Amino acid sequence: MVTVLSRASIWLVLLLASVVAVVVAKDTGFAIQMGTVGLACLVGLWFSISKPNYSLLAKGQSEPAPSESKYYDDVIRWGVIAMVFWGFAGFLVGVLIAFQLAFPDLNLEPWFNFGRMRPLHTSAVIFAFGGNVLIGTSFYVVQRTCRARLAFPGLARFVFWGYQLFIVLAATGYLLGISQGKEYAEPEWYVDLWLTVVWVAYLIVFGGTILKRSEPHIYVANWFYLSMILTVALLHLVNNAAIPVSFLGSQSISVFAGVQGAMVQWWYGHNAVGFFLTAGFLGMMYYFVPKQAQRPVYSYRLSIIHFWALIFLYIWAGPHHLHYTALPDWAQTLGMVFSVMLWMPSWGGMINGLMTLNGAWDKLRTDPILRMFVMSIAFYGMSTFEGPMMSVKSVNSLSHYTNWTIGHVHSGALGWNGMVSFGAIYYLVPRLWNRERMYSLRMINWHFWTATVGIVFYAASMWVAGITQGLMWREYGATGYLVNSFADSVAAIHPMYVLRGLGGVLYLSGAVFMVINVWKTIAGSPLRDEAPMYNVEYNPAADQPVVAANAA
Amino acid sequence: MANKRIDEPTGTETMGHEWDGIEELNTPLPGWWLWTFYACIIFAIAYCVVYPSWPGMKEGSHGVFGWTSRGQLAQEMAAAKADRQVTLDAIAATSLEDLPANKDLMAKAVEGGKAAFKVNCVPCHGSGAAGSKGYPNLNDNDWLWGGSLTDIHTTLLHGIRQPGDAATRMSAMPAFGRDGMLQPAAVADVVSYVRSLSGLEPASAASQRGNAVFAANCVACHGPDAKGGRMFGAPNLADKIWLYGSTREDVTETVTNAHAGVMPAWGGRLDPVTIKMLAVYVHSLGGGEKFAQPAPAGAAPAPAGAASGATNGQP
Repeated sequence: MVTVLSRASIWLVLLLASVVAVVVAKDTGFAIQMGTVGLACLVGLWFSISKPNYSLLAKGQSEPAPSESKYYDDVIRWGVIAMVFWGFAGFLVGVLIAFQLAFPDLNLEPWFNFGRMRPLHTSAVIFAFGGNVLIGTSFYVVQRTCRARLAFPGLARFVFWGYQLFIVLAATGYLLGISQGKEYAEPEWYVDLWLTVVWVAYLIVFGGTILKRSEPHIYVANWFYLSMILTVALLHLVNNAAIPVSFLGSQSISVFAGVQGAMVQWWYGHNAVGFFLTAGFLGMMYYFVPKQAQRPVYSYRLSIIHFWALIFLYIWAGPHHLHYTALPDWAQTLGMVFSVMLWMPSWGGMINGLMTLNGAWDKLRTDPILRMFVMSIAFYGMSTFEGPMMSVKSVNSLSHYTNWTIGHVHSGALGWNGMVSFGAIYYLVPRLWNRERMYSLRMINWHFWTATVGIVFYAASMWVAGITQGLMWREYGATGYLVNSFADSVAAIHPMYVLRGLGGVLYLSGAVFMVINVWKTIAGSPLRDEAPMYNVEYNPAADQPVVAANAA
Repeated sequence: MANKRIDEPTGTETMGHEWDGIEELNTPLPGWWLWTFYACIIFAIAYCVVYPSWPGMKEGSHGVFGWTSRGQLAQEMAAAKADRQVTLDAIAATSLEDLPANKDLMAKAVEGGKAAFKVNCVPCHGSGAAGSKGYPNLNDNDWLWGGSLTDIHTTLLHGIRQPGDAATRMSAMPAFGRDGMLQPAAVADVVSYVRSLSGLEPASAASQRGNAVFAANCVACHGPDAKGGRMFGAPNLADKIWLYGSTREDVTETVTNAHAGVMPAWGGRLDPVTIKMLAVYVHSLGGGEKFAQPAPAGAAPAPAGAASGATNGQP
């Protein structure tokens, strides 16, 4: 009873604090954000009051302790639903902003213009979709590979719901025009502080589970997850160091200025890619690919070497985002050479993922989930070659500030992060909800092909657009003058912008298949009546010896 | 370890660990992978030796090649400038009046002006110089302040309505409606009259009344036949070109509140040769006029035969 009361009173105090913050807020945006926090507190208060079993409490008993012999999967089930929801939302906003670029009339001022929708898209796909995928799968994988129930389940629930609140505050903030103007780190100071609390709780749950493991060794997937959690914490704290203009307002001033600010921002930005979108997702690959292929990991030695090389080299590569800027030349050089050295460590992950299929390649014909994993690793290999190449200064002088960069990011994000996440979702849903398999394997196959063709449209159109821009910007005429204005290059790539939008539509339609498939599976629909994924027709009539007609 | 076994499909030994059914093979590092990794590291070290790569208290290391990004930029800009210098010097040495005679130099000036136009002028006049509402189209032969090379050059040099520049193109249309100089009914009448001049609406009782209002208030700048006056940058109201729109609402807005468009005085921003080339380029777009003949003092500029053969209908 004491716990129930103390929990409810904590929620009540937080609720009152947010109401006070709404009243004394210095700007409307902050008031609305604090109102959102207040709503979250109200929901928390409701559950803290309605959920306890009062008849047990009245008898002076407490709820039975959950069994240590079962994995704690509630939070992962919520996580899977969040992954599907945020993924779909993020892809939808992506398609919208792709068409906003092609057809500027689609910018609806002020809330839905490109400037506010773009961070909404990037944060939705990276942090809402990707973040939920990482948190959800890491909780699943760490329990299985440690053979131990998740440490601190209550804290894990806090991590999940706290993270969703972070997403909602960030997303609604962008539409209200609240942003600290740092790419991929747009949320303002109070949202940053909240995420810090959530992230430390995440570290405690994940690290705690590793500490209580039953296995003697820590599996490679967990090295990658842990490096992701630790490094993201470091990046987040340093890059978001800021002084609020007012503790009751939604604005802050970064402690870094000028070229130092740019350097810190891209140290953060590149390692958000390196640790959030690469190391964390490699952790997923190391669990789900061997499980789905039912094969041993290709090389233990390679996993050690490429892990440490990747971790050590990635953290230095950020300055390649600032080639030919005010950043000192020596720092630009380091950014480039560390990126070039990163090529093989990245490919070590690709080799280990692909070669794990040795002895199981035939399964690609029949298993659409494995097909997604393999396509994902293939895109990982392609992007991690393209990245070091683009970091070479002479290539960068052509590619920088063009859509080539956008194409590069998306071949990694749609191909690598997207595909491995979809595969993991299709792996998890039947296991978490106790179903025989997904509602439809054919729909997974459709998802695979629409997504793949969508990525090809996206990447190819952005290569053409980027190289067109790069060449037009530097084109000198015979008399020694620049030939094109900036607007000329915008007009020239318009068809590519439309094609890119169509690629996005295809990718989004793949996600529609996923939403239906996951929905039907969770709802417990009977398996879809469909032809098996791979089947050689059997003709009983032909399956008998030939008897000559005149033999009788 | 006890659990080590030979994996059948690959013939490789496992490490003997197992997590949730996942085993690991003891495959050695692929040779091509390892050697490519080493090659990248050697490349990186060599690159750091020859290029700036190390911070210092005062400045970073220079590298054996002595390369700097700023040095490279300065070198490339200097080379590009040297390529153009002969032409630029020739243009600088030729007066605007003499320039049209030198066809080769004119062609080069048009090229240079085109490049400068794309950087400096397209934000207002558009990439095809076709303008938009409030920003004149430079392709036609309708000129507010004159369309000869020298006229355009003066406009570029001193801008339009730029305070602090004594030679800037200056005029101000009164806000007839807002300042109470004309009652709303009179504004409506004069709008009818002005629109009837180019056939946008038929002659009517209102336009008849408007004619009188026009004669009393507008002819000083726009002229008795409403064909405009370049002294004041007053537009021709009898043609079908409307800088601020031709609908009743647009014209009523203009008469009520007036417009006073501005253009920067590029003399303070660009070098003289670039401005000269810009004038040549704009003049070449299709509506450029010949140099005005010297006219008696006090008289309006003489009719100028446009290069395209069309006249602007100057009084």
